Amino acid sequence: MPRIPPLLACAALLLAAGPARSADAVSDGVVKIGVLTDMTGFYSDLAGPGSVLAAQMAVADFGGSVLGKPIALISADHQNKPDVASNTARRWFDQEQVDVIVDLVNSGTAQAVMPLAAEKKRITLLSGPATTKFTGEACTAYNVHYTYDNWALANGTGREVVKDGGDTWFFITADYVFGKSLEEDTSKVVKAAGGKVLGSARHPQSSTDFSSYLLQAQASGAKIIGLANAGADTVNCIKQAKEFGITPRQSLAGLLVFISDVNALGLDTAKGMYLTTAFYWDLNDDTRKWSRRFFEKHGKMPTMVHAGVYSAVMHYLEAVKAAGTDAADAVMAKMKATPVNDFFARGGHIGPDGLHRHDMYLVRVKTPQESKYPWDYYQIVKTIPAAEAFPSVEAQGCPLVKK
Amino acid sequence: MTQALFGQLLVGLINGSFYALLSLGLAIIFGLLDVVNFAHGAQYMMGAFAAWMGLQYLGIGYWWALLLAPAAMGVLGAAVERLLLRRLRGLDPLYGLLLTFGLTLIAEGLFHQAYGNSGYSYPVPAALRGGVNLGFMYLPLYRAWVVAVSLVVCTASWFVIERTRLGAYLRAGTENPRLLQAFGVNVPLMFTLTYGFGVALAAFTGVMAAPVYQVTPLMGSSLIIVVFAVVVIGGMGSIAGSIVTGLGLGVVEGLTRYLYPEASSVVIFVIMALVLLVRPAGLFGRQR
Repeated sequence: MPRIPPLLACAALLLAAGPARSADAVSDGVVKIGVLTDMTGFYSDLAGPGSVLAAQMAVADFGGSVLGKPIALISADHQNKPDVASNTARRWFDQEQVDVIVDLVNSGTAQAVMPLAAEKKRITLLSGPATTKFTGEACTAYNVHYTYDNWALANGTGREVVKDGGDTWFFITADYVFGKSLEEDTSKVVKAAGGKVLGSARHPQSSTDFSSYLLQAQASGAKIIGLANAGADTVNCIKQAKEFGITPRQSLAGLLVFISDVNALGLDTAKGMYLTTAFYWDLNDDTRKWSRRFFEKHGKMPTMVHAGVYSAVMHYLEAVKAAGTDAADAVMAKMKATPVNDFFARGGHIGPDGLHRHDMYLVRVKTPQESKYPWDYYQIVKTIPAAEAFPSVEAQGCPLVKK
Repeated sequence: MTQALFGQLLVGLINGSFYALLSLGLAIIFGLLDVVNFAHGAQYMMGAFAAWMGLQYLGIGYWWALLLAPAAMGVLGAAVERLLLRRLRGLDPLYGLLLTFGLTLIAEGLFHQAYGNSGYSYPVPAALRGGVNLGFMYLPLYRAWVVAVSLVVCTASWFVIERTRLGAYLRAGTENPRLLQAFGVNVPLMFTLTYGFGVALAAFTGVMAAPVYQVTPLMGSSLIIVVFAVVVIGGMGSIAGSIVTGLGLGVVEGLTRYLYPEASSVVIFVIMALVLLVRPAGLFGRQR
């Protein structure tokens, strides 16, 4: 039999004794926030290090402690892999006393972590992912879908574009949970508004060449090509659509476009495109003030995911303070009972299904001539009030909500 | 219906041109140096970034970039061979693979740190803007240019290696470097230059790709796996094989995207598995 080194044996004993969760108001004497995001992959510009920074800013602005206990922040890269995400979350919950996981960009990773968090009674605050069913059939009692979801994007962009005469659609869709869900949601909206869906082409996530799909879209003769993808995929689609002379004969509707994408494309390529967003840095004095602080540290203006992370962490910490404990049930109840009023949302409200309903904005990307200063990218076309922007609690059909 | 098919075939050919250019570089490096150059994707990415940086910081346009970026990367490649790869000669090729893979991670990490991952747009050069309507599709001039350049470069490289005296030295160097050295040929220098040339070819492809794809730190990693499959299907080290399979697989991929898009990312690997079952040395490979 191999001998067990004494040190290892001691460690094993200690572990076996277990980290007894104290009965204090604050478990383990610390409120610990974990930012689980894509640090290096395709979504790392729209979430990633910026999300970590936003969470740090929130903790610092809150004063670094709550109920007399310190607030700790850790972060990890889930590499867009659901298994890495769930393993990290499990370790954080079991060994590192993490109370809440924030961001979870990429719906695949959120889908892996949410049920685990619910089982362990820890909170997830989704800012990056978009899949609508996170507050519908897949809802949990310990989750808040904070920033935006596919339904909001589909409605904001889809309805307005159909109203504007774009009544035939072809989709170019990323072939995973998020893309399919976005295509489905938008199709419903388009049909409901009297439009027709002529077809779709599904591409693997993070493709580089989209000309095949674009040609199919062109052959379909649809007036609108809906891009149900995100990040670099969307950017390459838009770029190549211009190259192949598809725009401006057919129009693109970017269903999920972040300001980081517009920045990467340049206004000359992106100009004229309609998109729906939860946040724009140049909306008013409050957004400008916060965004400039963010810009000073990050070198880029925040995306809606970044702003959402800050606001969500703030709202969570306020709820811990108000509830007098970091026990998940009490905190969730407080978060849902308290309206969100900050630079990100005015009168935002978290429903019993966990969906944060707040105003969204339909914007049009400015032309290079209209843009007067750096990051002057969007013109606000319409503010979509919360009630119109997000699905009702009944429509979401979360099984936890009593009928 | 046929219109769409022609369109897809042409698009496949365009993508195939990129595959051919990249797999050519890989094939040359493997064929002559026995190095599995995993850094090829990163070198391609650095070529594209070099073009972008040249334009951004120094005002160097596309045409000069087409010359300067490969030259600079070629020198860098030669240095890598001289300082690192050379030490691994004679060892299992696995070591070379690990080294170049490590270099890839470092390069991609550094660029990611400095430039983020959304990347940057590189404008299409003024002379190649616009396109022609072929009836069945609109062909951007720049894409036509890519196909033409790829064919010229590939043919020229094949000719030099397979049909000239210099090429004969190179091939002899792989078969029996000591004997060749005995004839008074500076074999180590030849290897350094060959690796430099392979890297320059990757960078050249990068510059060609910059106006088409977004210039990002990860642009190489999404392409390199496919390109490796192309090289394996063509036959590791076979120059002609890599060119023909590069173009051919581009077309097959285009067809798959048309018939069943969901399979487009795996079709090349399915073909690779089949080819390996039937002809383990690849379609054009020689048993060595």
